[in-house]
Amino acid sequence: MATTLTSMQGITKRFPGTLANDGIDLEIAPGVVHALLGENGAGKSTLMNILSGRYRPDAGEILIGGTPVRFHSPRDALRAGIGMVHQHFLLVANQTVAENVALGHKTPRAILCWSRIEDEVRRLSEAYRLPLDPRARIDELSLGQQQRVEILKLLYRQADILILDEPTAVLTPGEIDELFATLRRIAREGRSVIFITHKLEEVMEIADRITILRRGRRVADLTPADVENRRELARLMVGREVVLRVDRTPVAPGETVLELRSCSGQGDRGQRAFQRVSFAVRRGEIFAIVGVAGNGQRDLVAAITGSQRLSGGQLLVFGKPHGAGGPPPMDRIAYIPEDRAGTGSLPGLDLTDNLLLTTYPSFCRRGVFRREAARRWAEAQLDQFHVVAPSLTASARQLSGGNLQKLILARELSKGPDLIIAEQPTHGLDIGATMDVWDELLRQRARAGILLISGDLREALSLSDRIAVIFRGQLMGVFSTDDEDAIAEIGPMMAGVVQAS
Amino acid sequence: MDAESLTFILSIAIRSSAAILFAAIGEVFTERSGVLNLGVEGMMLMGALSGFVAAHASHSLALGLLAAMAAGGALALVHGFFTITLRANQVVCGLALTILGIGLSSFLGRPIIGTVGMRFTPWPIPLLQDIPVLGPALFQQVPPIYAGYLLVPAAWLFLFHTRPGLNLRSVGENPQAADAAGIPVNLIRYGWTAFGGVMAGLGGAYLSLAYTPGWKENMSAGQGWIAIAMVIFALWNPWRAALGALLFGAVNALQFTFEVRQITLIPSYILRMLPYLFTVAILVIITRSKGIRRRAAAPAALGLPFEREGF
Amino acid sequence: MRLTLERRLVPSQRAVWAGQTVAVLLAFAMGAAVLRLTGADPLAAYAVMAEGALGSLYNLSEVVVKAIPLMLCGLAVAVAARIQIWNIGGEGQLVLGGIGAAGVALFLSPHLPSAIVLPLMLAAGFLAGGLWALIPGFLRARLEVNEILTTLMLNYVAIFWLEHLYFGPWRDPMGMGFPGTAMFPDVAWLQRLPGTRIHLGLCFALLAALLLHWILSRTRWGYEIRVIGENPRAARYAGMRIDRHILWVMLVSGGLAGVAGMAEVSGIHYRLQQGLAVGYGYTGIIVGWLGRLHPGGILVVSLFIAGLLVGGDQLQAVMHLPSSVGLVLEGTLLFFVLGSDFLSRYRLRWRKEDPWTPRA
Repeated sequence: MATTLTSMQGITKRFPGTLANDGIDLEIAPGVVHALLGENGAGKSTLMNILSGRYRPDAGEILIGGTPVRFHSPRDALRAGIGMVHQHFLLVANQTVAENVALGHKTPRAILCWSRIEDEVRRLSEAYRLPLDPRARIDELSLGQQQRVEILKLLYRQADILILDEPTAVLTPGEIDELFATLRRIAREGRSVIFITHKLEEVMEIADRITILRRGRRVADLTPADVENRRELARLMVGREVVLRVDRTPVAPGETVLELRSCSGQGDRGQRAFQRVSFAVRRGEIFAIVGVAGNGQRDLVAAITGSQRLSGGQLLVFGKPHGAGGPPPMDRIAYIPEDRAGTGSLPGLDLTDNLLLTTYPSFCRRGVFRREAARRWAEAQLDQFHVVAPSLTASARQLSGGNLQKLILARELSKGPDLIIAEQPTHGLDIGATMDVWDELLRQRARAGILLISGDLREALSLSDRIAVIFRGQLMGVFSTDDEDAIAEIGPMMAGVVQAS
Repeated sequence: MDAESLTFILSIAIRSSAAILFAAIGEVFTERSGVLNLGVEGMMLMGALSGFVAAHASHSLALGLLAAMAAGGALALVHGFFTITLRANQVVCGLALTILGIGLSSFLGRPIIGTVGMRFTPWPIPLLQDIPVLGPALFQQVPPIYAGYLLVPAAWLFLFHTRPGLNLRSVGENPQAADAAGIPVNLIRYGWTAFGGVMAGLGGAYLSLAYTPGWKENMSAGQGWIAIAMVIFALWNPWRAALGALLFGAVNALQFTFEVRQITLIPSYILRMLPYLFTVAILVIITRSKGIRRRAAAPAALGLPFEREGF
Repeated sequence: MRLTLERRLVPSQRAVWAGQTVAVLLAFAMGAAVLRLTGADPLAAYAVMAEGALGSLYNLSEVVVKAIPLMLCGLAVAVAARIQIWNIGGEGQLVLGGIGAAGVALFLSPHLPSAIVLPLMLAAGFLAGGLWALIPGFLRARLEVNEILTTLMLNYVAIFWLEHLYFGPWRDPMGMGFPGTAMFPDVAWLQRLPGTRIHLGLCFALLAALLLHWILSRTRWGYEIRVIGENPRAARYAGMRIDRHILWVMLVSGGLAGVAGMAEVSGIHYRLQQGLAVGYGYTGIIVGWLGRLHPGGILVVSLFIAGLLVGGDQLQAVMHLPSSVGLVLEGTLLFFVLGSDFLSRYRLRWRKEDPWTPRA
């Protein structure tokens, strides 16, 4: 532990399709809590994965105390004193705290004396006020406690730089306070803490230094004192969005196809995912819910499509209540899932089989498939939606992302749905495919109500008639996309800053 | 049931359980690392053959044991190569090894069927053998059985109280976490898969050099498969594996005694079915019981190949 | 410079064919090495095997005879594998099928019109095997118990039960020390092709293959099976009932193996005796896998493997070499195919330096 400065210089990292980090410089001083702020996709996790040895940069270097270092694995980085706590913890569920902390740590002898290790762990946890029972099993601990184990692992190995990736996502407000106290204590000792987040109020509370990334570039490097207020931070983070004026002919909205009245629901780990959400989608309009990923959208959609239960409130689909578990009438609903390759398609089967996934009952007569008719229909669909594929017998895995999405659209829209739920529909698509998808959605608007879930503000503003922002599971206001003043507030809203109304 | 009968049954039980015990302990370690090795039967047979032939040729029982372990280990390394490096399907691979082991041992062993070779003789341990009831049963056995007595607690100690044991357990539960902690996941899997084969080979050698000395085609008669089942019965714990093997041996002994004494209390075919039905019942219980599942479930990464990002 | 593995997007068909051909050649080379080890002349040995399998029409017919249970067991494994279920219990299901058919033949046939005896035996064989498979099937579908060991364990239970039956309550009182049931009455014998031992079971196998192919590709149920096997999450999203399908699949799978058992007892042995549980169930797994789970492929592979086994028998008779050379070849073939399979899924590449590309 020393007063060495760690710096990253000119870090560039490319992934197929995107430039995740573009020549980023970052200086990490000891004794400092350093916040790395930015939207989803800004490149924060990538940068930190490079620093912690998990990824290799395409260009640039890392210097510790002026000497360049190269990490071939997270272990190298850890040996140099840099460790990371990821969003998904790397803990062995059915082993104890002591076993997890001791894992991988070289000891002089092969025989492990558990009572000594447990004492060490207990001492460490008390020193940093991270109360933990070394004998407790990981799967008996709450997420907040598990996070403490992860931090303890790094402290046990005397890490000088601790990187935490979105640590407050799984914590209750009380646990957040405890975490911040711990981080301050760690920093006071002369270590550095890097804190990846997209939440502005946390940054203002805990950070000594703030670096803002946007679209792979560093756009600002400042201290809390430099910042007037949070709105300024938000603007730096989100930028001023140019709204693409897309051809949107006004359509008089019809009857309500989907309505949520004060709905609440839980995530898969039992934590609260969304609370008291209310909105309605009408035929003839596109209603967008926009927000940074991880604010409850996925669970909200799961509740609407019936794969998760609501814990409160009322959900009405085509006027009839739902939400007691079990899917709503899927023959009138088109659901385009975010997870194209996972839930939405059958990678190893051919295109016809894929197109039939949610439409096959209409091609079956008394258990037998009208194979020829199905094939002809499939060909027509692929044609109509301009899906480019090597052949009809190609497997779905061979399609590009854009074509796969178009296939899924073809399938779902062929049902003639009255309600379309599109979840991040252009995620990972190139501009051409994106425009195709947008065109199709706008075309469907005439006869259906569309719920669009998106993290792309530009997309939401271009397509939708009405828009709502979701933050921490709550809808922060619903307004029409014609309302210019309200539009300007959306960026800050996505980052959690609400103007006192 | 008098004391003498009890001793008799216990003695037979121990004797009939040893081969399964060795193979089961080996497989516990293999599966704890996340690899499913269904080739145990084939490895056992090759071990039995190699052990017998080597001992006979060299007039050394020790060399026989070594040869058997080498044979089992070599086959296991093949399994490891295909499943770990080539990421082939572990079930198919294990079955292929079993078939290969049965066929190869049968083929190569044909000329020596009926040969009388070396065999272990019992080594009674003074003093200990005089303990009433248990003494004669436990301490008038052949040396490999004594090795077995030591193997079980050693295995337990190793698994839960040493660093390599902790590493092994983590690799089978959460290889990503182990990898992040700097542990060479695939190397560990190779090592413990080989160990499993070595143990299976040892079990086979016990059969051909001690239990039913000589070589007979297919002489393990499914004990390799029983060992695999015992691993699950044991919930991947060495003590319980020993218990399971002993139970199997006891059923065997009971069946034998009933036949000899012509007792018809439980039909012998039902007795023989018991270990297998028992295993099915255990499987159901451990899958359904949240309590047991929590305390001792299958290694979470069992059967899944490990692919590190950026491999 | 470093050798890296890259996953191929689509398993290259050419690589698959090339790989399998090479695998077969390598397996024979390896077998030759083993033969050499025992002092035998590999070429002579292979010649004898070829003669044994292909040398005369009768020999060819024997290959077909051995192939029949392999076909059925292979199909059994394949249909289960399509839904990602491993049915290792073919051996036990075959035995149960034999028991069921024998039960009808020995105890019911005297009281029934002769025309329905065989169809009833077929039904009994199918149901017995199917129900036996439903036990682990139920455990898997409803209780999520892994099916590999449960099906395996039940094999042993079945075999013990079989032995008990033909050594005990069903034993032929006039058997003269030879353990087994009495011979079935004539009405319970499957027709044979004159001059050979090829029995009606061949028709069962071929019919089953055709039926299975048709069902999988042309029916609603077959489509659902394929979807569930390919991507259970997508299947659930589309509203399919996975547990119900698992149960039906296991019934069919066990039933097919049961038919194999029925065919063996009423086409070859004409009684229940030792020699029923000889490993067709296990070999069926290999056949199913080598045949790529495709009915046509399975038919071809089962003939090939049967050829190896028959050739091995010939080798034993003529050159006094153990017939288990067939098993050796089978095992090595499987390994080489596994290896070649790998090459079709992954590509070997030389790279300048190791790239650290994360899962996107």
